[in-house]
Amino acid sequence: MAESPFKADIERVEKEYSEKMTPGAIAKIPGSSVVNKTGSWRVFVPEFNRDKCVRCYLCYLYCPEPAIYLDEENYPVFDYDYCKGCGICANECPVDAITMVRESK
Amino acid sequence: MPVRKVMKANEAAAWAAKLAKPKVIAAFPITPSTLVPEKISEFVANGELDAEFIKVESEHSAISACVGASAAGVRTFTATASQGLALMHEVLFIAAGMRLPIVIAVGNRALSAPINIWNDWQDSISERDTGWLQFYAENNQEALDLILAAFKVAEDERVLLPAMVGFDAFILTHTVEPVEIPDQEAVDEFLGEYEPKHAYLDPSRPITQGTLAFPAHYMEARYTVWEANENARKVIDEVFAEFEKKFGRKYSKIEEYRTDDADIILITMGSLAGTVKEYVDALREKGVKVGAAKITVYRPFPMDEIREIAGKAKVLAILEKDVTFSVGGALFQDVSRTLINEEEKPKVIDFILGLGGRDVTFENLDEVLSISKKALDGEKVDEVNWIGLRKEIL
Ligand code: SF4
Ligand code: SF4
Repeated sequence: MAESPFKADIERVEKEYSEKMTPGAIAKIPGSSVVNKTGSWRVFVPEFNRDKCVRCYLCYLYCPEPAIYLDEENYPVFDYDYCKGCGICANECPVDAITMVRESK
Repeated sequence: MPVRKVMKANEAAAWAAKLAKPKVIAAFPITPSTLVPEKISEFVANGELDAEFIKVESEHSAISACVGASAAGVRTFTATASQGLALMHEVLFIAAGMRLPIVIAVGNRALSAPINIWNDWQDSISERDTGWLQFYAENNQEALDLILAAFKVAEDERVLLPAMVGFDAFILTHTVEPVEIPDQEAVDEFLGEYEPKHAYLDPSRPITQGTLAFPAHYMEARYTVWEANENARKVIDEVFAEFEKKFGRKYSKIEEYRTDDADIILITMGSLAGTVKEYVDALREKGVKVGAAKITVYRPFPMDEIREIAGKAKVLAILEKDVTFSVGGALFQDVSRTLINEEEKPKVIDFILGLGGRDVTFENLDEVLSISKKALDGEKVDEVNWIGLRKEIL
């Protein structure tokens, strides 16, 4: 799996969190979601079949997280740190290139 | 020139909002405070108030919209009562924790069950631990004035906390009295425009508000709410002093009434303070050494002022329209806690009365006095007394 483009922010956010308390506990730079992974409650996980994909980007557009980004060849890449397994991508894909499978750890 | 108009406290609250020029008002109608947003919607529709009036589907949504608006950086107002305030409960903590200076007008009303639309203070008293500042009005003029003062205190950089201003259901919300409406110019000078320094949305300055705090930070965040409440004591004094200079009406966190040489001092809040003052006048004519004190600011609790009053009397009679089950009323607890480490302290006796709109009569107050006198004479009396209770139907 390709590396998430947000990875670079992690250090920045962690540094911010160690700074002094602001009124209202405001984080002066956004990005708590970079530190707090939200993909851990999943039951189903999208399985991607690159051979079927026609690169229409519907999955990329509809992912509510957004946990899908595009690689150099503009194929979708799924970021399982943030994918919540909602299955919208699989539902939207016109060529069934995405199947939802039960997560097994 | 300020104008005098005859109006209900609900209208006075709407006028206060109009004068404060909030940019967003989100509200859901609930008896007895419905008239507040109704009147405001009229102001907005007539073009007299340039604000976004958001109609929502519940009080939870009303306060949530207010949190959103205030976090975006504008002055924000709403009104509610009773179950409506209770429905806001979880978001009240959020508003205080995010340090958003929202102001709520509360038409103080009893809580269900049984359903009751009349006055007591259980609704806002139940929210005393949310971090919000709390003011209680004795009459319609105070409802207007305290809302203006509440905005100024709430928005002060040393405070930055939301505030609620309570006024008694029907006794004030639906009863007309002459109210002086201050000049818009004077209010503008007093309040100024709200300029958010900490919480505002600006795409060129991205921030995260209401974020997650791990155990390493949560306690510190809560402490800053505590600290802000402490700071508010001084700021309220300053704001009240400025208010008096500007509008000529004097306010203090606790108003003392004929307390000099008083053996017994009756402490209360809201419109009941008016009744109690009259009662004190009547008794003073008979030579009874009794005084009164009205709590105008309930959060932060005016502890220094209570200690000062306690030094003057032998018995403090707390008269309150709320119950904290198994221990007495909330005021009773607050006063008791305030005096716990004093070397010399008066006896503190709690009187729970007037719940759910039950009238508080001079006969009720006679009962309060006779129990207080017994305590004064060293007789043992109950710490918590339900006054006006119809024992015969129990
Ligand atoms: S399952 Fe849902 S969250 Fe996960 S990639 Fe698909 S659309 Fe996004
Ligand atoms: S929706 Fe299906 S076909 Fe379109 S980009 Fe996504 S995986 Fe490929």
